[in-house]
Amino acid sequence: MSSILKIVDVSKTFGGFTALSNVSLEIAQGERFGLIGPNGSGKTTLINCVSGALRNEAGTIEFDGEDVTRLPAYQRTRRGIARSFQVPRPFHSMTVAENLAVPLEYIAHKGSLHLGDTHAEALELLRQMRLGDKADTPSRNLSQVELRKLELARAMAARPRLLISDEAMAGLSGSEVEEVLEILFQLNSRGITIIMIEHIMQAVMRFSQRVVCLDAGRIICEGAPAEIVKNPEVQRAYLGA
Amino acid sequence: MKFWIPAICILVLGVALPLAPINEYVFYAGYVVLTFVVMATAWNILGGYAGYVNFGPPAFFGIGSYAAVVLFKSMNAPLAVQIAGAALMGGLLGLGVGVLTLRLRGIFFAIATVAITFILETLMTNWRYVGGATGLQLLRPPVELYESYTRMLFAVMAGMSVGAVAIARYIQTSWLGRGLRSLRDSEEAAEASGVPTLKLKLFACAVSGALMGAAGAPMPMYLSFIEPPSTFNLSYTVGSLGGAIIGGAGHWAGPIVGAILLGTLQQIVTVTVSGEMNVLVVGVLLVVFVVAAPEGILGLARKIIRR
Repeated sequence: MSSILKIVDVSKTFGGFTALSNVSLEIAQGERFGLIGPNGSGKTTLINCVSGALRNEAGTIEFDGEDVTRLPAYQRTRRGIARSFQVPRPFHSMTVAENLAVPLEYIAHKGSLHLGDTHAEALELLRQMRLGDKADTPSRNLSQVELRKLELARAMAARPRLLISDEAMAGLSGSEVEEVLEILFQLNSRGITIIMIEHIMQAVMRFSQRVVCLDAGRIICEGAPAEIVKNPEVQRAYLGA
Repeated sequence: MKFWIPAICILVLGVALPLAPINEYVFYAGYVVLTFVVMATAWNILGGYAGYVNFGPPAFFGIGSYAAVVLFKSMNAPLAVQIAGAALMGGLLGLGVGVLTLRLRGIFFAIATVAITFILETLMTNWRYVGGATGLQLLRPPVELYESYTRMLFAVMAGMSVGAVAIARYIQTSWLGRGLRSLRDSEEAAEASGVPTLKLKLFACAVSGALMGAAGAPMPMYLSFIEPPSTFNLSYTVGSLGGAIIGGAGHWAGPIVGAILLGTLQQIVTVTVSGEMNVLVVGVLLVVFVVAAPEGILGLARKIIRR
């Protein structure tokens, strides 16, 4: 299996606080990868470094064989790294369909000036995400679960090869978690590599083929879901025992 | 077509009206109102679409006026060249301020735009060639076609208004406008959606600055005089920002409505009450709108239609 994302010795500090120290990871093409760890362990910081929202001070990030460490975020999105945000950040002055039109116009249809071409594609994506009936709703009127789906739909509109789902299920009910999981499984079956950051253990363990646990900015263990839950270090990190 | 037919009608009207035997004062006052249409429209491209508040319209207007004066004095350049040169200087100033401040978010840009006005005013006050603190008297070249220079400038400013609005409308309705709106809503999400936020902000800065510079170019000829205090005047900030916000920022039509209302009201108050009162009128209106109708007249109209 060839790797699509290669993180080598990445470190990030905020003032005197070390958020990540020498994190190295390799993620295979088409993999379903779970990233867990207690609050403040550096999961979102790592994802911000990968997506370009933050710059890591040391280490390199390679995407599909290309060093993207110094690229701005929008360039990385154009190369195929898309993400959802932990706290949904919809373009609140726009409708749901318009939210998708932004990545469609800036990535998929870049250079073509035929406006309106994107609408049919936006509707199709929304249908897949089961948001079809909300296309013309202002995004500020969406419910929590709808906002999470919009985050994923907008990320998908960027036509990613690697999708990073940052706690897409936080605060959702059991049946809603199932729904989002099912969507993510479907996307993966189409060949999209998925990194899932999640606190809901059942979901992340069922979804992932491989899981890495971060604690205080370091990787403390890596393995199949079944091994991870039994790992004493993971239990200590989570339960403080 | 829904836009272009009325736009061309207004353009033709703006050019033809000064040929008719109408009282000169109409054009004298109308010119100022049209200047504010251009200024508010230009302000809206950055302030309304992208959400970056520019407190320095006088700097951009002023650099346009002084660029025109330099071109006129040094090489006797015709008005069209003065306007082009002024637009170029305004655009470069916008780009410069943008490069220096837009990497940082929010308030830094606003503060820099305040500072740049003072810097430019001080520079011009100390530059002898353009008259320094005492100002410079300008001899207008003879005017063709029109009966007076003021009438000709009214037609020019009418053309510039239509042009500015057409540019603002194009930006708003194209992918550029959607990109600017997305970064106003959330810069991180915009970047994650493939929007080159820094480039777009610089683009908006440059276009907005160029239009403001162009709006300032004919002013020295209109007054046949230039001096720093009236050129770098706070009233241009109030007029541009006020016009856009009262009319409805974020939509190309907002600044037209706002600037015409505000400009006309100011002219009426200046004539009937006093020159000092007109600033008060704008201030009160701004407070009322920000509190009661933050989306301006357009927003109010939309609410009423929806009911």
